[in-house]
Amino acid sequence: MSSLQQVNPTVRGIRASAHTRLHRLATHIAQDITQDITQGALKPFKEVIDVSAGDPHTAGFKPVTFVRQVLAACLLPRLLEEETLPLDVRRRAQRLLEACEGGSVGSYTASSGMCHVRQSIAEFIVRRDVGVPSHAKDIFISSGLQRALMVFIKLLAGGQEETRVGVLTPVPCPHTLPALLDEARLALAPYRLAEGRRWAVDVDELHRALKSATERCKPRAIYISNPGNPTGHVQDRKSIEEVIRFAAAERLLLLVDEVYQDSVYGPGRRFISYKRVLFEMDGEYSDTVELVSFHSLASAHMGEGGLMAGYMELVNIDPEVMHFVDTMLCTDISTPVTGQLALDLMVDPPRPGDLSFDTYSQEILLTRAVLSQNAQRAQEFLNDLPGMSCQPAMGGIYLYPRLHLSPHIIEKAKTLKVEPEDLYCQMLLEEKGVLLGAGCQYGETAPSYHLRLCILVLPDTLEEVLARLASPPSTVMAALPAREGRRHGEHFVTHQWCPLC
Amino acid sequence: MFAIHETSPNVRNMKQLQYAVLAKRASRIKEEIRQRVRKPFKDLIEVYWGDPHRGGVKPLTFVQQVLAACVYPQLVDSDELPVDVRQRAELLLKGCAGGSVGSYTATQGVPQIVHRISEFITRRDGGAPCDPENIYISPGSQWGLMNVLNVLVDAEASPRAGVLTPRPCYLTSNQSMVALGAVAVPYDLCEERGWELRVEELRRALESAEGVCRPVALYVINPGNPAGHVQSRKSMREVIRFVSENRLFLLADEVYQDCVYGEHSEFVSYKRVLTEMGPPLSDTVELASFHSASKGFMGECGLRGGYVELVNLDPAVMKYIYTLFSADSCAPVLGQFALDLLAKPPQPGDPSYPLYKEETQRIRSTLVRNVKRVFEVVNSLPGLCCQPVEGGAFAFPRLHLPPKAIRRAEEMGMQPDMFYCTRLLEEAGVLVCPGCEFEPKEGTYHFRCCIMVPEDVMEELLRRLTSFHTQFMTDFS
Repeated sequence: MSSLQQVNPTVRGIRASAHTRLHRLATHIAQDITQDITQGALKPFKEVIDVSAGDPHTAGFKPVTFVRQVLAACLLPRLLEEETLPLDVRRRAQRLLEACEGGSVGSYTASSGMCHVRQSIAEFIVRRDVGVPSHAKDIFISSGLQRALMVFIKLLAGGQEETRVGVLTPVPCPHTLPALLDEARLALAPYRLAEGRRWAVDVDELHRALKSATERCKPRAIYISNPGNPTGHVQDRKSIEEVIRFAAAERLLLLVDEVYQDSVYGPGRRFISYKRVLFEMDGEYSDTVELVSFHSLASAHMGEGGLMAGYMELVNIDPEVMHFVDTMLCTDISTPVTGQLALDLMVDPPRPGDLSFDTYSQEILLTRAVLSQNAQRAQEFLNDLPGMSCQPAMGGIYLYPRLHLSPHIIEKAKTLKVEPEDLYCQMLLEEKGVLLGAGCQYGETAPSYHLRLCILVLPDTLEEVLARLASPPSTVMAALPAREGRRHGEHFVTHQWCPLC
Repeated sequence: MFAIHETSPNVRNMKQLQYAVLAKRASRIKEEIRQRVRKPFKDLIEVYWGDPHRGGVKPLTFVQQVLAACVYPQLVDSDELPVDVRQRAELLLKGCAGGSVGSYTATQGVPQIVHRISEFITRRDGGAPCDPENIYISPGSQWGLMNVLNVLVDAEASPRAGVLTPRPCYLTSNQSMVALGAVAVPYDLCEERGWELRVEELRRALESAEGVCRPVALYVINPGNPAGHVQSRKSMREVIRFVSENRLFLLADEVYQDCVYGEHSEFVSYKRVLTEMGPPLSDTVELASFHSASKGFMGECGLRGGYVELVNLDPAVMKYIYTLFSADSCAPVLGQFALDLLAKPPQPGDPSYPLYKEETQRIRSTLVRNVKRVFEVVNSLPGLCCQPVEGGAFAFPRLHLPPKAIRRAEEMGMQPDMFYCTRLLEEAGVLVCPGCEFEPKEGTYHFRCCIMVPEDVMEELLRRLTSFHTQFMTDFS
């Protein structure tokens, strides 16, 4: 029968996620607290605050009203005959139901997604990219970014040992990415983003990383997220062009995660898609560079991760390969219809003049304002904390501050066989009831330590988190040897908690 | 640059579905109808998929109401919806972070829902205990199956891992296995005996695998798809003994458990039979049982709600199951809710119960009638015959095609049953699934037709089939 030895070695080899472990711990602590409070025990904190990953509705943001109203009408078509919902909502629901087989969200759809929605997405892309053509047939819907990416990287997979296919992956990268690559048996070839320059992409580093990677694997693709997850960097046109030229010269497939495209707040920064930049370059690039770009409902404005839908647009990909994308999606058939409909609403929201426009735009603007405010407030605060430094973010939903850890903590982590950031997050969680994400600096020779903080939270929540991070020393502090940080003298005197040694 | 030969060999080995070809034609025909092109039929009857709503079966009102209220909670406050609908929506939303279906849930699923599923399983199985820790909610049953297989199958092993699968069996499951690097080892269901599963055939299949691959699992579909057989307890006990003797993992696809029509048939779960067999089998046989909200009376294929119950797995192995499921955050929340409604539907005394009962009874009596009618009509046509459909969502008639038709198909580079189905679509506006999609026995031809459609649609379908088939047999005699 099955025992540990018989488990698929590939699955055994999927690296453990610090995120999962910490999350479990957070759940236990939260349960303990509830018990303790009911028993009247005093705790240093009333509840656990999870700011490790983006989940806006959990954080207290309201869903977009228009989206929920249309979906409700699609689920319960009887609502179309009543006047409870605004007319534009009912009209849109009607149109969407007509696109569903049997007029029901309960029917299967084509494996690559509903034609109607793919068409809407194509039209959205044309509008967004100011005229660059986009076609429904190049758009594939799947149940979120992870799955879309998985389909594509499974296509790439092949080879063993030195011939194993590799993907150039940024350091830092989204915390879910390494496990995904492990599962597909792809080698991870890291390239460092330039922290000192707000996590910019450094083309020289790309070359270095590629050269180093070719000794261990066959790099076939480069993954990049823009706006950066978790760095918050937003590339300008010049930077995007450099990456495209690199990919072209080295014959690499570009896998571009653009999920946070609607969240750019850095002054003077705008989101510009890889596709648009590509098309505005010479024919030698625009006709040949292979690009797959990803988007999903887990964007900041929508926050509808639980509806599980996203899409990828394939550019300059061999039609035979596209055929296989479809085949792979056939074995999946896992994108819920409600999610697909939500995609339609995401890419084609109410327009000025529509009944629902005012409410819609208010909701979007509010989210954007909160994000921008939080980004600034948190970055300044964290940067001022002794033992921490933080690059300003220009977009996305995270900050990625750097930790200057004491050798003591690093040693302790080694004994416990966990990463130092992991241990730090655990201490933070147990001490202060705040769950941050542990940074992910795999394969680095000169280690630096980071945390991931989700700033897509209500301002009050952020203030609470920051207050807890700044509060008086605790066991973490007590465990540290005397500080040499006289340059932070004032901060030290004001008893700000710091891990610096 | 990235050309087809650079694609992973496991992916390239996946067979292409004929569906794409038929779907294209179907789209074209629908467009022509819209443009009022003269056709011998006024609309298409699409019974390719096991998709009740597409076929015209109405969704259950209770389900629609609860889900709408969950998506737009303002409806919960209105008096329009029955009390029990509002209460259930509130209860479900309480289990969601931030009270929203847009939030991610725990990997295994919302804990309260997982719990209610385990209670449902215990009730269904006459009290056999069910540990919620062993349940994983997934976006549809196929996805759960893939994850379990992924743990069992080492794509780089030599010899390759094998999975015994029924023949006929819908292509998607076999494709998933191929994509993972496994070998599908077919065992034939016995058509003459109502598509029965026979243990001798399992043994033969296992022997055939010697030197070819290393079998690790047995995949059983009960009630069957496409063949509507419902296994007897006796047969299931034999299967359990077989997997135990041969150290195989038992994958039991039980998504059609609510669809049983045969007078002498009864669905019993593999878990129940296993429990009743007692130790040592009940403690050692490894079993994964799959169910979903896509089939049965709910028919909510589009919501993507399924679950797997894992029995007797090594806890260390369960850890890896968790890893794989957690790669995807969680199953779609609305799909999870649909499962909750499946596990705990309205009960007598609830305000929604009368309507719920009426709707499900109507669907049930429709299906029982449809199954009977298909059997009668199909068996009355020369060159066509059909085993009794005891359960499931499909009829799987056998075509005895004249040699002339087979030759014509070959000339056109098509499988004979695909040729028949293409003609059926073009000339009669009926879209069914050709038998070649099921890896059938060489030289046998079938088509699969979903029977979950309203009665009048079934009558129309049978009328068109009769007229088409008679003409076809004449044309090719």
